[in-house]
Amino acid sequence: MSIIYFLIGCSILLALGFLCAFFWAQRKGQHDDLYTPSVRILLDDDTSGEAEK
Amino acid sequence: MLVNTTTKSTCYHCGQDCEETTYQFDEKEFCCVGCRGVYQVLSQSGLCNYYNYNEHPGANRARTDKRFEYLDEPRIISDLVDFTDGGITIVTFYIPYIHCSSCIWLLEQLHRLNPAIYYSRIDFLKKQVNIRFDNSKITLRQVVELLFDIGYEPHINLQDVVKKQSAGQKDNLVRKIAVAGFCFGNVMLLSFPEYLGLSGQEESFRQFFGWLNIVFSLPVAFYSGTEYFTSAYHNLKNKVLNIDFPLALGIAVLFIRTVAEILTHSGPGFADTLCGLVFFLLVGKFVQRKTYYHISFERDYRSFFPVAVQVISDEGEKPLPLSDLKVGQRIRIRNNEIIPADAILLKGNAMIDFSFVTGESAPVNKTLGEIIYAGGRQMGEALEMEIVKPVSQSYLTQLWNNEAFTRQQDNRMQTFNERVSKHFTIVLLVIAFGSLFFWLPFDWQRGLSAFTAVLIVACPCALALSTPFTMSAALSVFDRNFFYLKNTAVVEQLARINTLVFDKTGTITNNNNKVLTDHTTLSATQRQLVQSVCINSGHPLSRQICAYLGAGTVLPVSAYNEVPGKGIRAVIGDHLVAIGSSEFVVDGGYELGNTTMVHVTIDDFYCGYYSFNHQYREGLQDVAALSPDYNLYLLSGDQDHERRELLPYFNNTNMLFRQSPQQKLDFIKELQSRGKKVSMLGDGLNDAGALKQSDLGIAITDNVNNFSPGSDAILDGRSLKSFPRFLKFAKDTVKVIHISFFISLTYNLIGLSFAVTGKLSPLTAAILMPLSTATIISFTSIATHVAAKKRQLL
Repeated sequence: MSIIYFLIGCSILLALGFLCAFFWAQRKGQHDDLYTPSVRILLDDDTSGEAEK
Repeated sequence: MLVNTTTKSTCYHCGQDCEETTYQFDEKEFCCVGCRGVYQVLSQSGLCNYYNYNEHPGANRARTDKRFEYLDEPRIISDLVDFTDGGITIVTFYIPYIHCSSCIWLLEQLHRLNPAIYYSRIDFLKKQVNIRFDNSKITLRQVVELLFDIGYEPHINLQDVVKKQSAGQKDNLVRKIAVAGFCFGNVMLLSFPEYLGLSGQEESFRQFFGWLNIVFSLPVAFYSGTEYFTSAYHNLKNKVLNIDFPLALGIAVLFIRTVAEILTHSGPGFADTLCGLVFFLLVGKFVQRKTYYHISFERDYRSFFPVAVQVISDEGEKPLPLSDLKVGQRIRIRNNEIIPADAILLKGNAMIDFSFVTGESAPVNKTLGEIIYAGGRQMGEALEMEIVKPVSQSYLTQLWNNEAFTRQQDNRMQTFNERVSKHFTIVLLVIAFGSLFFWLPFDWQRGLSAFTAVLIVACPCALALSTPFTMSAALSVFDRNFFYLKNTAVVEQLARINTLVFDKTGTITNNNNKVLTDHTTLSATQRQLVQSVCINSGHPLSRQICAYLGAGTVLPVSAYNEVPGKGIRAVIGDHLVAIGSSEFVVDGGYELGNTTMVHVTIDDFYCGYYSFNHQYREGLQDVAALSPDYNLYLLSGDQDHERRELLPYFNNTNMLFRQSPQQKLDFIKELQSRGKKVSMLGDGLNDAGALKQSDLGIAITDNVNNFSPGSDAILDGRSLKSFPRFLKFAKDTVKVIHISFFISLTYNLIGLSFAVTGKLSPLTAAILMPLSTATIISFTSIATHVAAKKRQLL
């Protein structure tokens, strides 16, 4: 059963990884604006072609 | 009535009706040159997709005379930009007009309008755009002018410049919640085996889990929970007992007992309760923190005044930041610019619109040599003026030196939470020490465990959560009804108010709507003449007469002369038409004096007049019905000619007219000294002092992005009719809080019955704490929702 020590160690390390990822996202400002991207994704790229020179 | 011969078309850009001449381009119709100009700019760059996402996404561009010279001043530039070096400048602008997906699309395509702009990104909720551009190819001023050309004028004011320097500090709340939640989850998992029972041979696991639990509790107690300790310490120093003290005590006891139990192998400890407690408390704090991105409650005169003003000196004109203005300098004020400081008029025909200061919308004529107070807006030709007082000491801004603005705003009213927690803490400590001394003679260990158990069980987690959750639910209900409160404490103040003081103009009257009454004796052809004259004028009253007369055939005007603030003389065919004030139209005519009147003469024959009365906002009736439960007062800076119309709504003795801003403030003070809880409702800079002085200042505005004076709450004018219901709902929410206090006290009593015997198992604590929390949160949310339904606010 001593494998449990190892497994719990692994799971905590993994969880810590996620926690660090969250901090990183927070510091990069990924949670600053939660609305605009939802609109932005609905806007099409220009297909008229007149702009692309 | 005449038959409509011109069909109304709507402007392709902004969607307004094209009143008279339409401007055509690309077979599309526009209401003004400005709108057409924007379309031309966009179509040249192939950005017409802008019009595909939404119907008429543009802002009306009737005014196109803005000046941005001041943006060439290095000092102002350095105040505005976020970052700049040799090649790149980054700047963030607040653009009030951002309102739809077209705006996002267009403003993120700026690089196609000008390649020197590298990148622009929108934050829709904050209505901000962040622009990065090459400052060697394009200046800040050109960027702003480009934005202005496409119809998105950034809102640049002194306060933004100031705000940059005192950027808000963050307390890492989200990070603390993340840490607490992370530890909470892991600790619960590690506590499970203990609760389910471990056999003797798994003793080593018990040790291992225990140590891990301690490790996970460390960051929770010493990082996430620190603010409770510091806050409790500060409050003790100031001899205040608030809810943070029992919370901090609970956290400390939980942690110490957990460590002690695990080290002495006497039990599993309370690590999961500790982590859960801190996690829920922080979530409560987070919920309470509501942010209105685009509404500012802290505005003062600085956000109303321009950033810079043109100063005339021997070297010529140059823009100067307002803070550098000195007495004796000569300034130039152009059409539609605001006078920033009290100044003497030296040159030019001054027609000053003081609507913002006094609420009077008709422009006032000033003669040379007169002192003009700051805050007026010049309508007409450019003026030259000499400053007689610095900006900070001008008539209007003096208000801000009043003590009302410098005193602490926090200690206005004690919230229910604060009052209860004081008693709660005392009772809690009495019970805890009581059980300690009760057991001491028999069994000191049991006494100690009873003492700590009481502190753990009675830890007022649910108490601390009931207020934030109820209030934030209430806030979002108000929010939905266009009533924006600064913070959650305001709801309780709203429930306690018993006196309402109203400003008149702009608060209970509708600013942009006057009721036109027709007192003319005009034939159909004469109406057509009046219509044809008025259609040439941009004055709001002419516009309204046009709208009233409806669209008819417009006759060509051969001579046209408009005297600002006086009236219009025009020749149509062989008729001479004069429209305007009595002295302009009728020699030595008469004025009733209580309404705005526009007289009409045709060929020197008097044909009567149109009168314009203020229209009261919808819902004044409902507000007036609040009496006698509430004392209603009216304070107005105007003359008392509307006294009679207002009698149905207010007691005659409760109406005070001709009040200066200072008098308004003093009146509120006087009411407060008689023990009244006063709420002031106002809309202008002239009410700012009274708003600040009152227990609850509510600014009324027709557009929350416009200026509103600093206040505790901002009410959209459309919602005045709901105001009585808001008051009732605020009382309901306070009731909900009271009931939830009782619920959490019941839980506490159940827990205490376990605790005082010293037989509290960690499992009981682990079940009781989340259970009470969940009950409180669901109860408050549901009860608030029901109350809002009852008051028809949802």
